[in-house]
Amino acid sequence: MNNISRIKDVLKSFFAEIGELSFFTVRFFKEVFKRPFEFKEFLRQCYNMGNQSLFLVAVTGFIIGLVFTLQSRPTLEEFGAVSWMPSMVSISIIREIGPIITALICAGRIGSGIGAELGSMRVTEQIDAMEVSGTNPFKYLVVTRILATTFMIPILVFFGDAISIFGSYMVENIKGNVSFLLYYNQVFNSLEFSDIIPTTIKTFFFGFAIGLVGCYKGYNCKKGTVGVGIAANSAVVYTSMLLFLIDFIAVFITNIFVDI
Amino acid sequence: MSTEANNTEHIIDIQNLRKSFGDNCVLDGFNMYLNKGENVVIMGKSGSGKSVMIKCLIGLEEPDSGTIKIMGKDISKISTDELNELRTEIGFLFQGSALYDSMSVRENLEFPLRRHTKKFGKIKDTTQLVMEALENVGLAHAIDLMPNELSGGMKRRIALARTLILQPSIILYDEPTTVLDPITSKEIILLMMSIQKKYNTSSIIITHDVDCARVISNRMILLVDSINYAEGTFLELSTSKDPKVQAFFK
Repeated sequence: MNNISRIKDVLKSFFAEIGELSFFTVRFFKEVFKRPFEFKEFLRQCYNMGNQSLFLVAVTGFIIGLVFTLQSRPTLEEFGAVSWMPSMVSISIIREIGPIITALICAGRIGSGIGAELGSMRVTEQIDAMEVSGTNPFKYLVVTRILATTFMIPILVFFGDAISIFGSYMVENIKGNVSFLLYYNQVFNSLEFSDIIPTTIKTFFFGFAIGLVGCYKGYNCKKGTVGVGIAANSAVVYTSMLLFLIDFIAVFITNIFVDI
Repeated sequence: MSTEANNTEHIIDIQNLRKSFGDNCVLDGFNMYLNKGENVVIMGKSGSGKSVMIKCLIGLEEPDSGTIKIMGKDISKISTDELNELRTEIGFLFQGSALYDSMSVRENLEFPLRRHTKKFGKIKDTTQLVMEALENVGLAHAIDLMPNELSGGMKRRIALARTLILQPSIILYDEPTTVLDPITSKEIILLMMSIQKKYNTSSIIITHDVDCARVISNRMILLVDSINYAEGTFLELSTSKDPKVQAFFK
């Protein structure tokens, strides 16, 4: 009986959370088209997010490209298919590995940052102070951040993909003496719009999810400083789960419309 | 014990205010008014609903029932834009100062200024207004500092400067001297008095500090058992025989 009531409570709070997140999303879409447009703050957030994550995305992307090629090379060599390396690397990085890894890194870097920042603003009454001064804090803090992540994540993903492919080229150049031109010629020959467009659309949703969950957790932060930690932590956990769910849905839809 | 001033204008009028959080009723028919140029101190035990009342007043909390009129406008019946415009007439000094961490002192003060173009027009150079507000609190030299570089007392003064920059006619103080040492507390109290004198503001001050109440109040309200239990001047209340009232002055 005790276990059943516990399960009931968990389910109840889960659905309550889903409901609140839905209301939060609806509020975002209501506010996003309303004046005033906080363009300066939006640009500031874009700059901060891009600037903060650029190095991390670059290093991770480079290592992934490097390791991916090093790990795959022996197997391809066994089948005499090393020449397929640029095609294999580019397609797998552009379609899947690049977007999901970059989004996960940004969920950790940006999502937790948003959760902690808004959470601490909530518990120190800075959000209330903003409201009292006649500013809509939802528009100023939430809308700008969600828009910034929505537009910056695709850019960071492109950047991360480019660095990954460069990392892969480095290995190919060292191990197989493949020239820059030949490698990149094969990379671009193997890529089609059906590889790039669905994955780009997907990254906008990734960005939206990172901003939305981070803002939701931070904006509704409770329980003082402990709550700030919970907000930052749960922003990363929920966003990571949501990213895989979006990824699954995106691949599923792409499979229906595009002949992969 | 009521000492309602005659022939004066009520710029704030609260009638029958009720507010509950779940089963916990924090305000159960609270009434009060504020006259122009008056300082009203509200005292009550921790958790008695003082801060909730002041947040209902500024529209940060929605009351369950009752009416709140500010300058004759019922805040439950006005639009968000009208409420925001009304908020330019009300300054709120938060208990923890609530300075924006990511902004410098100058940006903290400019923030409300740039958002109320209706009241001030589009200001190209805000430096003069910012400096004037900072000079009022004696911290002109702190203009380019970040909030984390300020002491508790300095933060409170900067928050007061940010409140003053919109030239409000009403100031709400939520425990302005809490967590401050006695000397800084005294400085803040003197500052509050000089501001009232200079700008002829009306104030509601929530405090536990009996010295602050004695110096600054024209009238006091004691919030006990979710209602305004006693009301009067400092002298009247401090000499009351009622044990519940006496408990605040011991």
